[in-house]
Amino acid sequence: MSTAPSATAPQKRSFTAAASVYVNERTSVAGFVKELGRKAFPDHWSFLLGEVALFAFVVVLISGTFLTFFFQASMAEVHYDGSYVPLKGVEMSVAMASTLDISFDIRGGLFVRQMHHWGALLFVAAIGLHMLRIFFTGAFRKPRELNWVIGFILFILAMAEGFTGYSLPDDLLSGNGLRIIDGMVKGIPLIGTWTSFLLFGGEFPGTQIVGRLYTLHILLLPALVVALVALHLVFVVVHKHTQYAGPGKTQQNAVGPPILPIYAAKAGGFFFIVFGVLALIASMFTINPIWNYGPYDPSPVSAGTQPDWYIGFADGALRLIPPGWEFVWLDRTWSFNILVPLIVLGGFIVTVLIYPFIEAWVKGDKREHHIADRPRNAPTRTAIGAAGVTFYAGLWAAASSDILATHFWLTMEGVIHALQATVIIGPFIAYFITKRVCIALQKKDREIVLHGYESGRIVKLPGGEFIEVHQPLDEYERWRLVSFESYEPLMIRPNARGKITVGQRIRASFSRWFFEDRIAPVSKGELEAGHDGHH
Amino acid sequence: MAQDDHSSAEIAAADSSHAAHDSAVSPGTAVIAADAFENPGFPPHRPRVTDEDPKREKRAQRTVYTLFYLSILGSVWAIAAYMLFPMESNNVGDVRLNNMFIGLGATLALFGIGFGAVHWAKAIMTDVELADERHPIGGSPETQAAAAQVFADADRESGFTRRAAIRNSLIGALLVFPLPAVVLFRGFAPQDQIPVELLSHTMWKKGTRLALDPSGTPIKAADVTIGSAFHVIPEGLTELEHGKLEEKAKAAVLLMRLNPEELNELPERESWSYEGIVAYSKICTHVGCPVALYEQHTHHLLCPCHQSQFDVANHCEVIFGPAKRPLPQLPIAVDDEGYLIAQSDFTEPVGPSFWERH
Amino acid sequence: MTRSKRRAGRRHPLATAALLALGLVFTGGAYAALSTGTVAQAEVDPNSQQTIEEGKKLFQANCATCHGLEAQGTDNGPSLIGVGAASVDFQVGTGRMPMQMQGPQAQQKPVQFTDEQVKQLAYYVASLGPGPEIPSDHLVNGGGDAANGAELFRINCAMCHNVAGAGGALTEGKFAPPLTDVSGVHIYEAMVTGPQNMPVFNDLNISPEDKRDVITYLKYVQDNRSPGGFELGSLGPVAEGLFIWIFGLGAIVAITVWITAKSN
Repeated sequence: MSTAPSATAPQKRSFTAAASVYVNERTSVAGFVKELGRKAFPDHWSFLLGEVALFAFVVVLISGTFLTFFFQASMAEVHYDGSYVPLKGVEMSVAMASTLDISFDIRGGLFVRQMHHWGALLFVAAIGLHMLRIFFTGAFRKPRELNWVIGFILFILAMAEGFTGYSLPDDLLSGNGLRIIDGMVKGIPLIGTWTSFLLFGGEFPGTQIVGRLYTLHILLLPALVVALVALHLVFVVVHKHTQYAGPGKTQQNAVGPPILPIYAAKAGGFFFIVFGVLALIASMFTINPIWNYGPYDPSPVSAGTQPDWYIGFADGALRLIPPGWEFVWLDRTWSFNILVPLIVLGGFIVTVLIYPFIEAWVKGDKREHHIADRPRNAPTRTAIGAAGVTFYAGLWAAASSDILATHFWLTMEGVIHALQATVIIGPFIAYFITKRVCIALQKKDREIVLHGYESGRIVKLPGGEFIEVHQPLDEYERWRLVSFESYEPLMIRPNARGKITVGQRIRASFSRWFFEDRIAPVSKGELEAGHDGHH
Repeated sequence: MAQDDHSSAEIAAADSSHAAHDSAVSPGTAVIAADAFENPGFPPHRPRVTDEDPKREKRAQRTVYTLFYLSILGSVWAIAAYMLFPMESNNVGDVRLNNMFIGLGATLALFGIGFGAVHWAKAIMTDVELADERHPIGGSPETQAAAAQVFADADRESGFTRRAAIRNSLIGALLVFPLPAVVLFRGFAPQDQIPVELLSHTMWKKGTRLALDPSGTPIKAADVTIGSAFHVIPEGLTELEHGKLEEKAKAAVLLMRLNPEELNELPERESWSYEGIVAYSKICTHVGCPVALYEQHTHHLLCPCHQSQFDVANHCEVIFGPAKRPLPQLPIAVDDEGYLIAQSDFTEPVGPSFWERH
Repeated sequence: MTRSKRRAGRRHPLATAALLALGLVFTGGAYAALSTGTVAQAEVDPNSQQTIEEGKKLFQANCATCHGLEAQGTDNGPSLIGVGAASVDFQVGTGRMPMQMQGPQAQQKPVQFTDEQVKQLAYYVASLGPGPEIPSDHLVNGGGDAANGAELFRINCAMCHNVAGAGGALTEGKFAPPLTDVSGVHIYEAMVTGPQNMPVFNDLNISPEDKRDVITYLKYVQDNRSPGGFELGSLGPVAEGLFIWIFGLGAIVAITVWITAKSN
């Protein structure tokens, strides 16, 4: 760690001080340290989820670099001659053989490979959880809308990284995954056939795809991820982190321990912990045992053929389509059994992507927001989020319909039908339940502010009446419960030219939907009135 | 709690209204309550046990350096494990040991550093909390005005707005210049091939013998007993020098023998089977997985990828799942020596649907 | 990253050894070999009249309700004439028969008979008409070519039973059972008889030597735990995804709570 160098250095300087002076006089780093070194970084467990994603990505980069020294992205055919007995002499691609060599003939190679794959799963999972945190606390509001978009693109890129990596070993599982991609691409109207043909360099499977995916996987996609991660973090510095409402915390400050030393030590330590968790998992738990799957061959397939978890929602969407959604019209084939999932998922993704702009438009609120919402205080947003999560979860579960069937003694047809219902009706149920729960929690907060906590102490009054004594809140506890804003539905008013525009009407109906049921925070007057009226 | 920038009183004053910092900006439909509570300011600082009890602080210090030493041990252990657990014996168990012991050593090394550093930060480093002031992200009005002036000057000096002909021709050139790169993508696949033609034909042709996958041994009709399922490739596939997998991806066939009474054949296809033996493409008409899960009593074929189900007894029509079209049937016959042969190629393209299929 | 610590580590040779021993103790459990005991084959003479008589008695007492007194079949159960000894040895020897109730498919239950009784039943049914025989020990001892067996297994079996023999789903609640602790004899018998909805793999489709190789591969998978560590049921990406969300991310979230909690 560099310590801030002092210009008027005393006569006896330590080595560290001398080194920092040397560096500073050549890099001007002192200004940077002065600017950032004692910045406050708000502290909350949920603020570390993005770091988990970042650290998992670093682990994936490190382990992946090691793997590139051994992996050969060639689909040339060889006869396997490594250590794993049940594949000896079997014809396979060089890619598969070199992945087996990493696993069986390079000491520690399997460890690095497993850490790479587990790290990739963790990377995407952490991004997902991080996004949920951002969404449910409204941390995407102005000025952070663009950072939400960047983060969202990173999520998509992470899935692309994952899928390209999953396909590299050219084993039976990933080969069938590519076969599915090929089939999906072919189902796209007009361009599908040629897109697939160009992607695979001829007919499926061809001899090109592994090499092409490898270029994407280790060059193009990581470069984009690194660049966008850097931009994402620059914006975090520019915006300063959000914080939860609390005594002393305002829209105008950022409260927390300083970057140097506490935050740096915690974040640095946390990097090693995430690294360690991945090392532990990689040393104890098998992932993607390609030696079981064997080399890709278009004829066999394994029961339980699934993509890695983050592609599951797309695979599930394909499974949920009922029979018969394919037509010939104008002498062309329209594969709605592929198009509908693509369009629905595309619509879902775009909706999530632009949600911050929709909410900002409905609210018309142009102020900066640095205090994160408690989910209950934005009931409609929380309910929309719950609906989205239910929709996604239904698709996700559908990708394991066969495993659900065998493990819970169900029929796979029954599982599919139940999940079809879940995906269509589930979001509405989740929406209504969540909204009611949020409003009920807000009402409870109001009760607590007005009457205090239930203490459980029963007291007999002189008149013989029994009452439970309520413990009043101190001002710090109260602040946490009252420091939020509520919005009211938009009143339609004519604009400057005396007209009511269609946009205004749509905005008003959205606004009614968002804010019709609203619970306002307790005001001072209400609390005083409450004290007068009660014990 | 150490406050660098703000006193509590200032905070309370600044926060009396959320919009106070910039009253010119519209709050939209937010309700600005007139008698909202005021921010009470920071609560009193609560010291940690390590701040008050020197013994506890000592103990925390010991914990931290012990963790760092443990980390060193873990690293050494991982290096030792690399040497102590060789895996050159063709024995999977040795690989397992190598993987686990190197991994556990690395885990200890990483956890030692990680938990040590975090514990150091939590229990020993001075427990300060700072409050930074936030400034509007857009910068001060002066900065914004200066930036606008820079653009205005640049525009005036270059004539970007004024000289429309120059500007528009540049925009046009910029739009067109990437197009040659699009053409280059044609080179991603062989120039002399057209996908629709390739997708419409397979290796099967009149007289090709049905052979076992993977050995390539031809199959006699008598070998196929009722209830059997044979995984079939065209004879000669295994000898192909090039394009073996590409041909197999189209030509893979599942051969089954049913009780002829149970077989409900389309009138125009009655000659396509042989004594209850039928051959269907194994490539799913949905997105192309091998459909090979054959249930010999229900005669259902199931695709393990997306659960499409085909009824073999009923010319492989779809009975469940996202596929639409029945699996294409390969017309078969028997040659003089009793071997099963194809009567012709498939009469339609096999595998997933594509735009130009019809 | 570990190699730079080598010099520091030399100061603690004993500690390394102690840690190593500790690690062995803690993780040794993972290595307890999972060997399935081989059941001693009961000596029953297939051709003796006594065996067949005993088998007939057992059959009439336990099987005739569904399969008929002469094994000719009833509305509740198929005819067993010509199914062979292998079929009976499989169905009764794995506990599938006698069936407890009708359902999507016969469930495996604790075996109802001794080995001797199973053989007596099998030879009685075999005496009613020719059918597949119980394989000889040579074919099921796992001494074949695992690589050939693995390839045949992937092409002919893996789509239902999963590449690692972990089992899989079929239509309408049926399923292909896991093969993780099925004996070689029963695997062989299943291939030749095609129990339930499994297709038959006769000797012209997969030759006896090839069947031996398939069994060799399955025995290899049964006897060798995964080099990567715990297999998570060999269920593939679904199990891996659940694991990383629940245990991987779960553990990390618990740690984030610890990191940001105020030290007491």
